[in-house]
Amino acid sequence: MSAVVSPIRRPLITGNKSYHQITEDLISPTEKTPTKEWVLGFILSVTVLTFGVFCILWTIWVGIGSWNLNRTINWSWDITNFVWWIGIGHAGTLISAILLLFRQKWRTGVNRAAEAMTIFAVMCAGLFPLIHMGRIWLAMFILPYPNTRGPLWPNFNSPLLWDVFAISTYLTVSLLFWYTGLVPDFATVRDRAKGLRRKIYNTLSFGWTGSAKHWQRWESLSLVLAGLSTPLVLSVHTIVSFDFATSVIPGWHTTIFPPYFVAGAIFSGFAMVLTLMLITRKLLHLEDYITVEHVESMNKVILLTGTIVCVAYLTELFIAWYSGYVYEQFAFFNRALGPYWWSYFGMMFCNVISPQFFWKKSWRRNLTLTFFLSIVVNIGMWFERFVIIATTLARDYLPSSWSLYSPSWVEIGIYVGTFGLFFTCYLIFVRVAPVVAVAEVKSILKAGGDQYVGENASHGHSHHAHHENH
Amino acid sequence: MAQHNHTEVVYGLYNDEEDLLHAVKEAQNGHLDIYDVFTPFPVHGLDPILGLEESRLHQAGFIYGALGTMTAFLGMTWIFTKDWPNIFGGKPYWSVPAFIPITFELTVLFAAIGMTVTFYIINGLGPGVVSKHLDDRITDDKFCLAFDAAVVDKQKAESFLKSTGAAEIHSKTL
Repeated sequence: MSAVVSPIRRPLITGNKSYHQITEDLISPTEKTPTKEWVLGFILSVTVLTFGVFCILWTIWVGIGSWNLNRTINWSWDITNFVWWIGIGHAGTLISAILLLFRQKWRTGVNRAAEAMTIFAVMCAGLFPLIHMGRIWLAMFILPYPNTRGPLWPNFNSPLLWDVFAISTYLTVSLLFWYTGLVPDFATVRDRAKGLRRKIYNTLSFGWTGSAKHWQRWESLSLVLAGLSTPLVLSVHTIVSFDFATSVIPGWHTTIFPPYFVAGAIFSGFAMVLTLMLITRKLLHLEDYITVEHVESMNKVILLTGTIVCVAYLTELFIAWYSGYVYEQFAFFNRALGPYWWSYFGMMFCNVISPQFFWKKSWRRNLTLTFFLSIVVNIGMWFERFVIIATTLARDYLPSSWSLYSPSWVEIGIYVGTFGLFFTCYLIFVRVAPVVAVAEVKSILKAGGDQYVGENASHGHSHHAHHENH
Repeated sequence: MAQHNHTEVVYGLYNDEEDLLHAVKEAQNGHLDIYDVFTPFPVHGLDPILGLEESRLHQAGFIYGALGTMTAFLGMTWIFTKDWPNIFGGKPYWSVPAFIPITFELTVLFAAIGMTVTFYIINGLGPGVVSKHLDDRITDDKFCLAFDAAVVDKQKAESFLKSTGAAEIHSKTL
């Protein structure tokens, strides 16, 4: 009955785990008292978050004048951070949806945490356009509903409104996908708990029983949600890129933007997943579930998307020259050699050169190097958005309005504060939910456990399957 | 496989999904009416043996999606041609290409929300539902095959479970 497994397939779960051991390993972090590292991390995150909230309140109280934007550079750190966080979110959906459609089994080790990362990153991203509106108390004006203002409707032809729909749909669908995956695992937590904890997890698990029909529908739902999320995730960053591509600003008005943004988003998202997973696996002792195999697979995605991004950068440069359009040529000359040349070279180094290290297998499997490069990539992707947004705006059509920009303490505080929000949410998630999808890992045990596949297989599972076929 | 109130259920716990699959096959061959099967994860190959029809959830999803498509497209059409005709950037009132992104997003949104809500309703799951599960270890490492004592004779069920290698046999009133 069981799947025939290729003998060259490497194990995805090490340590000769039984089903019960998987439950123990993955659920117990939510049952123990928090470790010292967790408490310290949580205090730090909440402190940073508090400062971020203060800076947001300051912005709302004083007004957008507390930022260093000006008439020329009217988008800068705010939108840079928005695009950056949204991009980070994309890896979660890629792992849980696209890799599900492609039946990639290594997905099960990292999908839960990556989906959580998506949700928290989208929350951080959504903050920026909201506070950038200036009058946040009128934020509901972006929603189309029958009103007494005319009726006055939002402009459905505007990419900024498409963004509203794209991001809110993305957040909602990601939440539904993530939670539906969590329900059976919450039931596992419930069935190990007593008293109040059991009641709480009974509510969270929606009364899950594990009935065959429920599992069948659950798989059907997961598959369709994956099928829906796949074009959705591509559409989200495509629409984000439309914010720029549909404008008439040289350097923004390019048809390459949608694929370029999507590849960049997946690139930065995987880097963030790696940063998080390398820390998580160490602190929660999940080395048997998030193995070097997983890290290598993710590094391959980094290499692929990093190379796509590289091709996009070079294509942009070539087309700017080939267009013969002097404003476009100037935009790229200005990016590379203008006042913000350092951000352009930072972007080129971090995004083009650094992922190329991963052509070498032993480097792809080196955790220290991976951790270091994952941070480098995230810095690079932040630079990319800064280059596209602030550098381009700084030198527009009219030299008399040329300007420069550096962030105010409020803008820095809000950006740093989003890290507080992100890590506060992530640390709470690590405490209340299994970080690795328990049921899904169990379902791949016989195809991915090291007692069944790989060189140390003791059960001779592939042999057994082979035997059955004859 | 309907779940009645106060049903006496005889169930066996198996240690491996292969044993469970074997037992389910045997039960079907012996025309024993299975009450339900509970597993810690989706066991592949179980649905056809149990005779479960393919879920129609995705068909419902298509209908929800189509509703989303129509809501978005017809809504924007009505607003921009009848309720609030406005010219943006010299484009026609009914500028179809610009409607595509929002139409797509609402299609996905309606399909996802509709399907998820339907999933929980038809399964009878939701916040506040007290789980009627038979054993705490079913969500851990036990694979459960259950018979309704009113349908299958208790002794017969127990001896069947024993003969197919159930590690434990219990009964419980749900």
